[in-house]
Formats: sequence, structure tokens, C-alpha cells
Amino acid sequence: MSELPANEGMSLIVQTVTRWLKAFILLFGVYIVIYGHLTPGGGFAGGVIVACSFILLTLAYGQRRGLKAVSRGVAGEMDSVGALIFLAVALAGMIAGGAFFANFIETGEAARFTLPSAGLIPLSNIGIGLKVGMSLFLVFTVLSAMHVAVSGSRRRMISRGEDDR
Amino acid sequence: MDILIVLMVLMIVGAIIAVETTNLLSSIVCVGAVGFLLSIAFLFLGAPDIAITQLVVEILCLIILIRATISRDLTAVSGDREFFGLTVTLATVLAVAAAGILCMADFPAFGQSVMDRITDPPAASSRYLAAGLEKTGAANIVTSVLLDFRAYDTLGEATVLFCSILGALAVLRRKARRRESEETEGDE
Repeated sequence: MSELPANEGMSLIVQTVTRWLKAFILLFGVYIVIYGHLTPGGGFAGGVIVACSFILLTLAYGQRRGLKAVSRGVAGEMDSVGALIFLAVALAGMIAGGAFFANFIETGEAARFTLPSAGLIPLSNIGIGLKVGMSLFLVFTVLSAMHVAVSGSRRRMISRGEDDR
Repeated sequence: MDILIVLMVLMIVGAIIAVETTNLLSSIVCVGAVGFLLSIAFLFLGAPDIAITQLVVEILCLIILIRATISRDLTAVSGDREFFGLTVTLATVLAVAAAGILCMADFPAFGQSVMDRITDPPAASSRYLAAGLEKTGAANIVTSVLLDFRAYDTLGEATVLFCSILGALAVLRRKARRRESEETEGDE
């Protein structure tokens, strides 16, 4: 990857727009995840938007900048943490509510249509959002790393041919 | 209703162009256009949840597909069409269309919900609609079904995603690539 400095990122226009927009896209994704039980959206859609913000960063500034924001190890750990949150919600329902995924937190009628309502559902949404966002970003980085490796080896072959001449 | 027909005609046109064009990049763009029209159709049918999911997944798939195809030298497809393959495709499409028309007779009218059709005994889904807010407290009925009534399905879906990323990381991990590049260095 380090042998391709000319291939890093896109034009100045794309980079500037990305610098302005990336935080808002991330914020919108987090909003969709957290308000998933009140407004359209939810863990999956919000997670994809979060992944898109990191993918935009990777596309605009190159892989190194994208992996500096969230490295591959951190993304893998967040991915696992999301899955564990969802499983923990399920097991907590089993222990406290008597059934797998039992929603045992009663918030009452007063809290309806506000953010701390619906018991365990927001927690599950956050877990799924973490999981989906980080795993899709991982899929993208892994695929584009393969792409860079293939084109890099091709470039090496071409340069070797020129050296032979 | 009318706008749905317009959207569907546009989607069919986009799909046909995506199949028929010889340029891979424009084919991907046409597939993306079909996806965006589908998300608009979901919006008009009153399903904003699915519309949002369809939109963002479409964007992600478009990025990955363009990233995968662009700057590859194989962007044009040439060669004649096989007669046998075309016949099989046509036969399959006709059979599926005939079965679909037969099934359509039992469906409710277009745009009507299927959930409250079964009344004797009442289907579980009608209970979700009636008691979703009281039982879960979630204002968004789709989320209350996904994460409370049918949370077990969602767990399976998350497991599928987890396994897919595990497989991708195992196949494409850095260690294997380095060993392969060392072997090519040794060959030189």
C-alpha cells in the first residue's frame, strides 16, 4: 500500500467536501440508530450510514487516512462488541424476564414517544448499529485492500518489464 | 397509484438497459437507478423504514461495485448469445410469470396490507399491529416487530453478517497475502 502514493485519494474538491460533510453524515447515522424506535430507520440503516461516512473518508483521502480514523483491529473489536451487546440483551431478557429477548424494562405510559422508552429496544438498536457499521466498513477495507494488492503486483510486473528492457 | 406504475415502468426500462448494455460501468449505474426507483416506490407505498434501508444499502453496493469494476480492463463484454441459455432463460421467465399471475388471484388489492387478511383465528401479525405500542412502548411499529416480537430473527440476521465478515477476513487477511508475495519474490 505504501508503494502507491500517487494513487491515494481523490481531487481537492472531493476532499474539501468530505472534510465538511463527514461529521454530519456520521451524526445522521448515529441519530438514525438512537431514534430507531421512534422514527423510521433503526440499527441496520443507521449502521450502514455510519459505515458510509468512513467509506467516504477512505475514498476521498485514501486507505491510510480511513484506517487512521478506525483501524482494522478497532473496527473488528467494535463489531464484536456490537454482537455481544445484542446477545447480552437477549440473555438479560432470559435471566430477568424469563424468556429469550424478553423486554423486561417497563417505562410506562408517560415515557411513550420519548427517547428513553421501549425498554431494551434502543440498546439492541445500538448494538446492531455498531455491528453493521463496523462490519460493512471492514468488508469495504478488506475488498479495496485486495484491489490495491492486485493492482500493485500488476504495476510491479510492468516496472520489472521496463527494467529488463 | 399512477406514480407507482410510472416508477415500475422506469425500473423495468433500467433493468433491461442494465442487462443489454455492453459497458459494465453503465450497467452498474442502471442497477443503481433501479434501486433508487425501488426505494421511492417503497416511500409511496408507506414504508419509510424499508425505503431508508434500501437507499443506504443501494449506495453502499453501488460504491463497492464501482470500486470493484472501475480501472479493471474488463469493462466491455463481447461475443454472441448462446441459443440454449436464451431458451432456458425465456422458459424460466415465462414459468415464473405464469405462477405469479396465478398467485396474484389470492392476493389483496395492490397496496393493501396482507397482515390483517387472516381473521379466523386472528393471525399473530394482527396482534402485533394492535398491541405493539402498549406491549413494547416503541412508537415505530417496524422496530417493535424487528427487535421485540421477532428479535430472534434479527439475531440470526446479525449472525449471518458476523459469519460473512469472519469469512472475508480469513480469506483476505494480510498474512496470507504476504506469504504469497514472498513466494513470488523468491521466484524472481
